[in-house]
Amino acid sequence: MSLFTLTRRTLMAAATSMLALGAVSAPLLAQTPPGVLIVGQIAEPKALDPAAVTAVNDFRILVNLYEGLVRYKPGTLEVEPQLATSWEISEDGTEYTFTLREGVTFHDGTPFDAAAVKFNFDRMLDESHPFHDTGPFPLAFFFSSVESTEVVDDLTVKFTLNAPYAPFLSNLAYPTGLLVSPAAVEANGADFGRSPVGTGPFKFAEWRSNEAVVIEKNADYWGDPAGTDAVVFRPITDANTRVAEMLAGGIDMMVEVPPTALSQFQGDDFTVVEQAGPHVWFLILNAKEGPFADKKVRQAANYAINKEAIVNDVLEGTADVAAGPTPPAFAWAYNEALDPYPYDPEKAKALLAEAGAEGADLTFFVTEGGSGMLDPISMGTAIQADLAAVGLDVKIETYEWNTFLGEVNPGLEGKADMAEMAWMTNDPDTLPYLALRTDAWPDKGGFNSGYYSNPEVDALLEEARTATDQTKRAELYQKMQEIVQEDAPWVFVANWKQNAVTSDRVENFELEPSFLLQLSSVVKN
Amino acid sequence: MGAYILKRLISAIPVLLGITVIVFLIMAMIPGDPATAILGSYATPDNVEKLNRDLGLDKPLVQRYFIWLGNMLTGDFGRSFSLNRPVLDEILDRFQATLILAGVSFVLCSILGILAGVVSAARQYGFADKAITFTVLIGISIPSFFLGMMMILLFAVNLRWLPVSGMYAIYGGGDLPDLINHLIMPALALAAVATGVIARLSRSAMLEVLRQDFIRTARAKGVPERRVIYGHALRAAMVSIIPVLGIQAGFVLSGAVYIEMVFQWPGIGRMLVDAILKRDILLVQGGVVFVAAAYVMFNIAVDVAQSVLDPRIKT
Repeated sequence: MSLFTLTRRTLMAAATSMLALGAVSAPLLAQTPPGVLIVGQIAEPKALDPAAVTAVNDFRILVNLYEGLVRYKPGTLEVEPQLATSWEISEDGTEYTFTLREGVTFHDGTPFDAAAVKFNFDRMLDESHPFHDTGPFPLAFFFSSVESTEVVDDLTVKFTLNAPYAPFLSNLAYPTGLLVSPAAVEANGADFGRSPVGTGPFKFAEWRSNEAVVIEKNADYWGDPAGTDAVVFRPITDANTRVAEMLAGGIDMMVEVPPTALSQFQGDDFTVVEQAGPHVWFLILNAKEGPFADKKVRQAANYAINKEAIVNDVLEGTADVAAGPTPPAFAWAYNEALDPYPYDPEKAKALLAEAGAEGADLTFFVTEGGSGMLDPISMGTAIQADLAAVGLDVKIETYEWNTFLGEVNPGLEGKADMAEMAWMTNDPDTLPYLALRTDAWPDKGGFNSGYYSNPEVDALLEEARTATDQTKRAELYQKMQEIVQEDAPWVFVANWKQNAVTSDRVENFELEPSFLLQLSSVVKN
Repeated sequence: MGAYILKRLISAIPVLLGITVIVFLIMAMIPGDPATAILGSYATPDNVEKLNRDLGLDKPLVQRYFIWLGNMLTGDFGRSFSLNRPVLDEILDRFQATLILAGVSFVLCSILGILAGVVSAARQYGFADKAITFTVLIGISIPSFFLGMMMILLFAVNLRWLPVSGMYAIYGGGDLPDLINHLIMPALALAAVATGVIARLSRSAMLEVLRQDFIRTARAKGVPERRVIYGHALRAAMVSIIPVLGIQAGFVLSGAVYIEMVFQWPGIGRMLVDAILKRDILLVQGGVVFVAAAYVMFNIAVDVAQSVLDPRIKT
């Protein structure tokens, strides 16, 4: 009464199925093909229309397909010519006239000229433009100072601003300023984002939803041709799976390696690349009410928190200690003279005693994740422990990212004494202007959720915005950093170094401080 | 029978309407709005208000519900703003991937589970029974996402037998062997728990049937044991196994959410998780309604199958 007798027939069946399985598995051992770079991305892109997207994840693809009038000089956050060869700024800082590069065509064969530039900015900014409905364009406000865009002649275009606005050039270098083919927008309408046409070193090949975006070398590129035949961007949202794909050879490059996984990539098979970016991770302190209304208590918090330990132990060296509100990646505007608040619990205790705030109870908003927030829960608990060591009783409240923004952005008044926050920006103006001015309090539409106010800082920031001379701007920002560090409206914690891993078959790869992924010179063997 | 099916279909309508109301209200009530999620750092009140207007989210709640419901009845599920494409296109793409994964898993766990249960029951307290019971308990106890990660480490990273993730190879794939290669690990990981449950229940169902008189009669007549087990006993036991299969099908479908995340399977579970995090209201609503409708239809099919199998169940 045997249910499974080992007959010749069952043996044959078993052998055949093993063979079939073997045949199926055989092609797997093949490596990724040479000349084709496969990049592990963190998410499926929303669209490949530079005016319509906001995520760094999407920008990483876009900068290889499109170009702007200007771009960030490799390795810096300074602006240099790209599709414009030169520009002039009027005395009063309200007129920018660009001379365009000759002989450039879009991937669809249409010429790149002043009319195309005008089309791009009108589409974003003019609600009556026939293709304004191909939006929404969430970051169009980057160019809200543009009053009009004029075609002077085929290769000259003039922007008129409603007021002098110094960050205009670096906003043009940001991916929102990348230029699309007007003919392709007219042909595809709202679906342009799935069949993009630009002027870059790569052109769009195909987009398989949730599997891959493929771009190919543009043989007619005006500049140096791309080093690979094609680049494939694969969305792999789960960080552990992304690491496993990298280890197994399924991808040639991955970005945003989790700090805890970095040790897996030591050795000759992989190269880890790092680059400090324009990122700052800080704690917003509620300067309007409670213990942090006193500057001494805010400074005490800066002394009490062991930033070295957070950066080295929690973040495994993937960040540096922040000294002030401006990240060092903005080399030209950064104040080299600033040193971070040292870790000094005794000094913190003394300051707390002076202010009479010993043993205060504090409420601390912590997020579970979110763009640029690194490892917010572990960092939050480390901060809680450091503050407990100087006698502050901190109660953590944790929120999911979007809920967190909904709590923090309208201001901390009546809810919390401190909150985590992080920003990545493209110009030293952006963050302090939106988050440190008196006119940026939440009720006035800004992000100054801790209600910091210092008229001197307000004046410096307003002046820096209208100064078109970069040396002058730099001086103003450096002065601002000094005052803000002393006033301590935030606890300055960390500047993130973005990282990436490549396999030993990838050459010539560098990360940019802008967090963009320029792949045209990369070679894949 | 036709009337019975029709009656069940009509009674599904209020269920589905209820689901549309619930999912709509949940999406309206959860904190964090899509404009904030899209704008991230740049979500100033001005920008949020303008974007909400562009997205059509500034209208009153009730009006928005009826616009959505009305459009959906005409087959227009709206446009996803996190993916910038029609919601229905995305759902159909994704649902197909999930059906392949969940379908194969379901077939695997049904066959393996019933077979294990039958063998256990036929050899009650024997070595096979003990070995199967032990394996099955491990299968039930290990969380599927953990099992999935361990499988990736062993079979993909260390042994390099199978691909880590995805549904097709990026280059030179796209055919059936390629799909099977990508399917082996996620399908097994997803089937593990359900196989265990089905094996346990099949075992007890079989044991109960094997004690009955008609089995003794069959054996006394000299029917070969193999036919007694698979012909007589299993057929009778199926009446109590089939409803369990129906319930497990639901679990396999919902378990697909974790497995799709771990193996980056482009299915509807992963789509919903991403959509919720991005507050992509229309995509979440459309996806949930679609999955709910599929689940309701499946339940009706199971009930119908059961009444065909066992005429005593009144239609």
